Amino acid sequence: MKKIVDIGKKILIANEEYALKNSQFLAEQKKLCLNMISSPGSGKTTILVRTITELKDKIKIGVIEGDIQTDLDAKRIKATEAPAIQIETGGSCHLSAAQVSNALENLLISTLDLIFIENVGNLVCPSAFELGEWGKIAVLSVAEGDDKPAKYPAIFAKSKVLLINKIDLLEAGTQVDFDIERAKADASKLNKDIAIFPVSARTGKGMAEWYNWLEESVKNIRG
Amino acid sequence: MHETMVAESLLKTISAESTKQNAKPVSAKISCGMLNTVNDEIIRFAFDAIAKGTPCEGMKLEIEHKPIQGKCRNCSETFEFEICRPKCPKCESEQFDLLPDAPLILEEIEFETE
Repeated sequence: MKKIVDIGKKILIANEEYALKNSQFLAEQKKLCLNMISSPGSGKTTILVRTITELKDKIKIGVIEGDIQTDLDAKRIKATEAPAIQIETGGSCHLSAAQVSNALENLLISTLDLIFIENVGNLVCPSAFELGEWGKIAVLSVAEGDDKPAKYPAIFAKSKVLLINKIDLLEAGTQVDFDIERAKADASKLNKDIAIFPVSARTGKGMAEWYNWLEESVKNIRG
Repeated sequence: MHETMVAESLLKTISAESTKQNAKPVSAKISCGMLNTVNDEIIRFAFDAIAKGTPCEGMKLEIEHKPIQGKCRNCSETFEFEICRPKCPKCESEQFDLLPDAPLILEEIEFETE
């Protein structure tokens, strides 16, 4: 005899409950929280270090760092004097909302305007786990190729901003073939509202538009 | 690789239901949207590995992938979004929004009863 039982239950409900708790906490505190997602080596930490340094007098930023191993990234952030909490996932390919909840308790939230979560370097898995952030920021560096929005649609479909990083490599006339217009068009097909900023976190080119977007968003959350 | 976490969560829910029903689970139906990035082979492999020695050992997992829906900004048509053809099938407009992706859901469990 066989018997079928209807369940209809979300499988990742435990993560979603923590994500909801985080987003409620951040909304009450009126803090902007952004979840940065990219492949390893796209320049997330370099973007953060430059952003923190150049916006120092305008926006107080704290960072939750996710990596499989080491606290190297948190050390780079702390060198800017911004507070940073490192989460070592010990092999896990993404941050979970429970880990972020714990980290939020250990950051002095009241002293901050903006909390960045730098997710584990991975263009796939982190996009499936909500952390309670207000928005996702996708980072794609030109060395990775302009076909990534088409090949890895999930993160581009879900992000508020796409930062196309390392554009100084294109201007150097080196061997990088990256069609910015193609990447922009593919990302926009997946997501009509995505804001796209081509930047170089190394030279600072294009960063001003990104900073404007951040300042506007912080202002809107503060109300 | 996050399929391991999905498999663990599944095993926990199915084991609890198995105790409640006092029956051995033989198969389960799961559904998920396109943006959940769940790979069938990996989730089955992960589930088989962690289910060894539990009442869930040997269970079959049936996974249904639901396409993501688009809604045209021009003619309001709702349609199945295809990545190779990102256009409204009715009016050919490229101006559309993607509707929320279906979540990962454990739909039903089949048990063997005496």
